[in-house]
Amino acid sequence: MKVLWLQAAGCGGCTQSLLGAENRAGVLAQFADAGLELLLHPGLSEASGDEALALLQAAANGELPFDILCVEGALLRGPKGSGRFQLLSGSGRPVIDWVRELAARAQHVIAIGSCTAFGGIISSGENLTDACGLQFDGDQAGGLLGPDFRAAAGLPVINVAGCPVHPGWVVDSLLALALGAFSESELDAWQRPRSYTEQLVHHGCPRNEYYEFKASAEKLSDLGCLMENMGCKGTQANADCNLRPWNGVGSCVRGGFACISCTEPGFEEPGHPFMETPKVAGIPMGLPIDMPKAWFVALAALSKSATPRRVRENSRSDHPLILPGTRKGAPK
Amino acid sequence: MSRRLTIGPFNRVEGDLEVSLDIADGRVASAQVCSSLYRGFEQILIAKHPLDALVIVPRICGICSVSQSAAAAAALADATGLQMPINGRLASQLILACENLADHLTHFYLFFMPDFARAAYRTRPWHAQAERRFKADVGEALREVLPARADWLRLMGYLAGKWPHSLALQPGGTTRAITATEKVRLLTVLREFRAFLSSSVFGDTLENVIALGSAEQLAAWAQGRTGDFPRFLEIAADLGLERMGRGSDIFLSYGAYVQQDQPGSAGGDGPHLFARGVWHGGAQAFDDTLISEDVAHAWLFGEQPLHPRHGETRPLIAEFAEQPDAYTWCKAPRYDAAVAETGALARQMVNGQPLLRALVAANGGSVLARVVARLFEIALVVPAMENWVRALTPGEPFCNQWQLPDQASAVGLVEAARGALGHWLQIDGGKIARYQIIAPTTWNFSPRDAGGVPGALEQALVGLPVGEGETVPLTVQHVVRSFDPCMVCTVH
Repeated sequence: MKVLWLQAAGCGGCTQSLLGAENRAGVLAQFADAGLELLLHPGLSEASGDEALALLQAAANGELPFDILCVEGALLRGPKGSGRFQLLSGSGRPVIDWVRELAARAQHVIAIGSCTAFGGIISSGENLTDACGLQFDGDQAGGLLGPDFRAAAGLPVINVAGCPVHPGWVVDSLLALALGAFSESELDAWQRPRSYTEQLVHHGCPRNEYYEFKASAEKLSDLGCLMENMGCKGTQANADCNLRPWNGVGSCVRGGFACISCTEPGFEEPGHPFMETPKVAGIPMGLPIDMPKAWFVALAALSKSATPRRVRENSRSDHPLILPGTRKGAPK
Repeated sequence: MSRRLTIGPFNRVEGDLEVSLDIADGRVASAQVCSSLYRGFEQILIAKHPLDALVIVPRICGICSVSQSAAAAAALADATGLQMPINGRLASQLILACENLADHLTHFYLFFMPDFARAAYRTRPWHAQAERRFKADVGEALREVLPARADWLRLMGYLAGKWPHSLALQPGGTTRAITATEKVRLLTVLREFRAFLSSSVFGDTLENVIALGSAEQLAAWAQGRTGDFPRFLEIAADLGLERMGRGSDIFLSYGAYVQQDQPGSAGGDGPHLFARGVWHGGAQAFDDTLISEDVAHAWLFGEQPLHPRHGETRPLIAEFAEQPDAYTWCKAPRYDAAVAETGALARQMVNGQPLLRALVAANGGSVLARVVARLFEIALVVPAMENWVRALTPGEPFCNQWQLPDQASAVGLVEAARGALGHWLQIDGGKIARYQIIAPTTWNFSPRDAGGVPGALEQALVGLPVGEGETVPLTVQHVVRSFDPCMVCTVH
């Protein structure tokens, strides 16, 4: 399958993340082995200037057939609908015009990252650049291509959301497409591949014991649960970040800081400081998904009263102060 | 005979770049560099909670993400008068060094070297090997480099949770305390990377590389040696890259990697592994007050050049026709009203690295010197990182606590892979009232200023030979990429 990769108004971080995919010969060799050919990628391909422009032109007017259009970065409609905040270099034309033309020719269109899916960080504040995603504007269907858009093979835009994406999310999605093993039922309500959104960031969280007992971090670098005070949305965000490590061994919560739910539309404007949990009457406003408030309050009160000393003290330290006991004889 | 050439999209750089050239008698007579994307981060930051900057600024750039975090953390620390505990400083520096070295590697193998594999060089004696080793997307070196890079980024997994876009770097230190076992694992990652550098990149030990002190020693060392750096040196000698791409030869470095704890060191004022200063035919002290930014040739509103502490960013909306002299979204930063170059070469010039001082003394800044500086820096920094890991003390704190002031005017100056990165922050009423950023490539790819003086790259391109039929001249590509531009940082 031929892949055309465009960078719109993003930071390039999704490509940088992707290059870190763990494969013994590297992600480019992995793509080649799977039959994925990168026709053009602005950060990787040899072609530059006229060579690249000619290729894009041929793809846009149908002379150069291709299969997958990957777009990385938000789509800037401003100022005043002109797209002038991002002209495709060398062409004098807005990137949004190129994206519309190329999307109409592609068999599949993939939004790489939350900017491309929903607008993302560039759309925060007053959104002066009128940034949006390919098929969503925040959590509203529409975006650049409109709610009814379907790529030639029949699927809507595939939103591999995340800021940045985990390399595995992109690799899994592209390889499934190459195998012909990707149907619309693989997409969730935000058109994200369910392969990584059927989980919550909470799943596999190494702070699980602290969560169970509501033994909460009170300051940065504490070991305790980050939900009650530190702004963590891991119990509300769909992604497998703690089941599939980042950079071999990490994740946001493993790194000691909150999940800011970067795979979700609107994460960029949480309505509160990112690293603080908003509360009403001492109760976090963002409760774990699927959990009724009364149950959460009751359970939290109960578990707080039952917190082992070890868990309570360690939760407020950056390293364990009290080690788990060792049982004499085999565990029963 | 003269013609005008516009080159874009200029690929294998980070972000959007267009270069326009006036060519006369087979040489570049003048150049205009256009940063063609405007996203408005400085406006996005206004009225946010000051700590939200730590979420927002790394997302300016996915390749300098940690550098942006480090500059914001330094500015916030400056606002509070805060210092990091030793562990926090060491971990912060390890994270920043990890990104900087990964970027140098990415630049060399993915952005820069593939140009020598182009068919246009097929008559050169080194071409077959360059094509086999470095060809874009498929060169065999990529099969070694990408896994080595992924392994290297495990440092980020341990220290920063993930890369890019971590929140581990805080004004008071880092959020992730390293355990005694993890310290051993960090050293293992460093050892593996060192082995990769010795076998694939240098073909020698790091210590032998950094001992090379003159162009003659470098040439003799490279002779017949197996390794991608020596391969580059053979190509560079054949193409005369030491005489290509001279800029203003004024070099600026904010100083990289604070060495000791002393007052102000959290803000970056302590003694550095690579010194802070300016090189202008000789070493000069750096003075923050001499920086200004001018918007005479940018699609921005503004009158006089302003110090970033008073800077503003107001994009044109519909008035493009009224500013015919504007050709980019990039401001024109100046140091003491002069055009300065920043990056690994600037760091090593300011720091007095003997080989790079010798290369610049002979031919000025050049494609060769910029690339050698980056690879030397890899060899210089890995041993320093090994020392920093050994100095980590598990059980001691990694992050100090602080209280943000309601009012503050602060600055954070750091060295990203590509050079001097500054954040100027003003807090009013507990919110961000002003946030101004000058990124490394803002310096290097600056447009003309109000006096009409071209920026560093614009100067470096003048005089380059361009072949009759060339639409994307190879010399121009080498010079542009020798700066390792990051266009997403440039305008932000």
